[in-house]
Amino acid sequence: MSGERNGHVEESTIMIPKVKFTKLFINGEFVDSVSGKTFETIDPRSEEVIGKVAEGDKEDVDLAVKAAREAFDHGPWPRLPGSERRKIMLKFADLIEQNLEELAALDAMDAANLYLLGKIVMINNGIELFRYYAGAADKIHGETLKMSKQLHGYTLLEPIGVVGHIIPWNFPTQMFSMKVAPALAAGCTMVVKPAEQTPLSALFYAHLAKLAGVPDGVLNVVTGYGSTVGAAISSHMDIDMVSFTGSTVTGHRIMQAAATSNLKQVCLELGGKSPFIVFDDVDVDKTAPLALNACLYNQGQICVAGTRVFVQEGIYDKFVGRLLEQLKTWVVGDPFDPNVNQGPQVDKKQYEKVLSYIEVGKKEGATLLTGGKPLDRKGYFIEPTIFTDVTDDMTIAKDEIFGPVMSIMKFKSMEEVIKRANNTKYGLAAGIMTNNLNTANTVSRSIRAGTIWINCYFAFDNDAPVGGYKMSGFGKDMGINALHKYLHVKSIATPIYNSPWL
Amino acid sequence: MAARRISTMLSRSLSLSSAATSLGRKYGLGRGMQRFSTGTAAVLEEPITPPVEINYTKLLINGQFVDSASGKTFPTLDPRTGEVIAHVAEGDKEDINRAVSAARKAFDEGPWPKMSAYERSRIILRFADLVEKNMKELAQLETWDNGKPFQQALTAEVPMFVRLFHYYAGWADKIHGLTVPADGPHHVQVLHEPIGVAGQIIPWNFPLLMFAWKVGPALACGNTIVLKTAEQTPLTALYVAKLFHEAGLPDGVLNIVSGYGPTAGAALASHMDVDKLAFTGSTETGKIVLELAARSNLKPVTLELGGKSPFIIFEDADIDKAVELAHFALFFNQGQCCCAGSRTFVHEKIYDEFIAKAKARALRRTVGDPFKKEIEQGPQIDSEQFQKVLGYIKSGIDSNATLECGGEQFGSKGYFVQPTVFSNVQDDMLIAQDEIFGPVQSILKFKDIDEVIRRANATRYGLAAGVFTSSVEKANTVSRALKAGTVWVNCFDVFDAGIPFGGYKMSGIGREKGIYSLNNYLQVKAVVTPLKNPAWL
Repeated sequence: MSGERNGHVEESTIMIPKVKFTKLFINGEFVDSVSGKTFETIDPRSEEVIGKVAEGDKEDVDLAVKAAREAFDHGPWPRLPGSERRKIMLKFADLIEQNLEELAALDAMDAANLYLLGKIVMINNGIELFRYYAGAADKIHGETLKMSKQLHGYTLLEPIGVVGHIIPWNFPTQMFSMKVAPALAAGCTMVVKPAEQTPLSALFYAHLAKLAGVPDGVLNVVTGYGSTVGAAISSHMDIDMVSFTGSTVTGHRIMQAAATSNLKQVCLELGGKSPFIVFDDVDVDKTAPLALNACLYNQGQICVAGTRVFVQEGIYDKFVGRLLEQLKTWVVGDPFDPNVNQGPQVDKKQYEKVLSYIEVGKKEGATLLTGGKPLDRKGYFIEPTIFTDVTDDMTIAKDEIFGPVMSIMKFKSMEEVIKRANNTKYGLAAGIMTNNLNTANTVSRSIRAGTIWINCYFAFDNDAPVGGYKMSGFGKDMGINALHKYLHVKSIATPIYNSPWL
Repeated sequence: MAARRISTMLSRSLSLSSAATSLGRKYGLGRGMQRFSTGTAAVLEEPITPPVEINYTKLLINGQFVDSASGKTFPTLDPRTGEVIAHVAEGDKEDINRAVSAARKAFDEGPWPKMSAYERSRIILRFADLVEKNMKELAQLETWDNGKPFQQALTAEVPMFVRLFHYYAGWADKIHGLTVPADGPHHVQVLHEPIGVAGQIIPWNFPLLMFAWKVGPALACGNTIVLKTAEQTPLTALYVAKLFHEAGLPDGVLNIVSGYGPTAGAALASHMDVDKLAFTGSTETGKIVLELAARSNLKPVTLELGGKSPFIIFEDADIDKAVELAHFALFFNQGQCCCAGSRTFVHEKIYDEFIAKAKARALRRTVGDPFKKEIEQGPQIDSEQFQKVLGYIKSGIDSNATLECGGEQFGSKGYFVQPTVFSNVQDDMLIAQDEIFGPVQSILKFKDIDEVIRRANATRYGLAAGVFTSSVEKANTVSRALKAGTVWVNCFDVFDAGIPFGGYKMSGIGREKGIYSLNNYLQVKAVVTPLKNPAWL
């Protein structure tokens, strides 16, 4: 197995699990959709059907919201002490841990997440997030206030109510955990819509949540399409908040639907075109592999991907050379193969979109340094692709491609690169590679982006909030900030008499 | 009715005893049947021997159970009988030195402060799970060593212990410093670092809970610990510390030294290599501890000391609830709570009714072998405390307070005291001023809110207070006016993990539990660096 490279892969020895859950999960039960319709979920490795999943629509969302509303307005969940919610969430995390391999396999076959990474990173991230927020459930502090007159004042942080979560297909487990865990800790109830490309693990998680003791109606999962289920959630009059991760285009629609319905609160974590800035003073041997991973990780299907690689002129040639060298060790193939770095794109639509961006790049005059073609095999595999001589006004430097395509640009000065890095409608993340303290501090404050990684990339942490500036969205996931987005602040005041202090 | 209760107690006692015998523990019938008397009922019973083995009696240093350097031991006694439960290694200065050296090494070189906060939280969670699995044994051991009702230990204290560790596990990965705006072009961030080796000295009244209050935050913050237990109750701390190591706690992180205050305690408080000291106990000892810290290396000190907490009942309160809670506030845990509501201030309009009901409630209080389910009150911890409590009762009588009920030893063996109620207590009486730490309720009469605030505050203590009223205004005014670290309004002894606890005045320094407890175990470091051309300030 170790000798295999690019494309050809031996028969996988991994046990592909039987898909157990394909129905909607509403009020603690797996049910068919009202219409009885189903849709196919496809294995991106083979383009074959994995299974048929219940296709939710407006009526199903109504049922799920009704259950969530009831669970919030009259059920035990928001009325439990935080320490009891914590206990159930810790149990939930333990159950995920017990089913880790099966969940990693589900995401590998549904989303083409690398199975090995799923096992050692992705599912564990989900478990960690549930434990992190379990620990936060009994630490939701309001404040007592310093009032300016004879008043006693304090704030209460109350769960916001019924939350609609619309999550993407690129990291089914992490996205699910990132949204569901803080909302559960806050005491909210919810309706989750997983992406139509990757509905399987969310249904499995719903099953585990029930086993852990999450009361019926608190967590509902409605599988289906954005134009039906997603639209029904964002325009529902009885949902108090919608939290969405996905494309900027869809983000516009969701916010519009919220605006024209009940003005529900909206949190959007959208696209990005994040700069990865390499200054002259870095160790190229360390930085080039980091840049490669920053762009190609998960087939380039990550919103914070470092897709605009700005390299200072002094080390430009050396850096590009080292990138190419590193690319020789990069293996594209079956995500179940532990030697593989890159699997297929998630579906045909994405695959074709990426290929068309590569064509546009060539047409607009960028130099195709390497890659650029689909792999000659079944499935949605694309070669890792690097363009040089990219200018800021080219389409591939402006649009989010969401594929294994890197654009390299040369820069001279810090001031110049700050300006160019900020010249985008997005503002999700940025990487700054330098050993100069002043450069690091100045650039990190200057970049208009929600996350800055200095001499690292993808340094996600349970405790570190992520989220965008500008058209990359608003509101944070992860960290205590994410917990707070599921909480209302209520301010309370009452007169006091004869207080010995104010 | 009394007769029926006696027979149930007796039969339960015998069946439990035979279970104990079959488990092979030494059980001497020769211990004798003793006569407990409540005045109205006479009870024949033998103390129940709990079916729990005592496996850990040595010092726990650097992950190993070891004899004391001197080889000496001391007996730990059963407060029901005064008989020896076990002989425990007696730590002294040399043992403290060894424990501190292990803790120092574990902090300076070991993995504990260096591992990720998530990993630390996992170990603490695993520990809590292990305690949960050994709940019954721990509760038995706690009752045996301390004399508190077994049901209280089993259904309240050990579960609370577990909850506390779950709570602190959740803090480990959420310890946030601030980034700070500067006046000029400077980047300022504040790091919260573990403080180092923490010395902790805990009392005998809640051996497990006091362990959790101290150890939980110190470990969550990444410190290492030398903990000295009270000489009266050394057993459960050794047991749970063993479980902590099973859960993956690295050696040297948590060291337990059993022994006495003037030897082991003093050595810890004055040690030059201990970075922080936390003590819970009497105000007198607190002064010594603070002085030793001052004389040695100026280690910061947290003190949680005595109290003489007022429990104020206004005329608009629900009187039956107030009677029950005032009773609970004082008599809980044999009156051995630092925050006991030991000055019951009752508004004159309801005073007579309250006295009658409080007396009736005290007379109904069931006293006896704490292993029996229906028993509310066990023995005082030891002979010294027992004598001290009886001495205060005598003082109350001598100073002309009205003894409504109780006032004497309960039975003839062990350290049991009758639930005692005094009325007509005046502020200048000793029983209204000193911490008695026993089942002695002092009831005082008051007229108006300003008066009761003044009188409630007229004490050198300031640990807690209870306020009973249905008026929002009174509740707010009194809560702000009382100089005490905790005010319970229409409740008492609510001790959630998140609620900070600690004293004003001579009741102590600092706060335990809640987010506030983390500060005790963190150093605050400001890191400042200039900014060139900052985009904003």
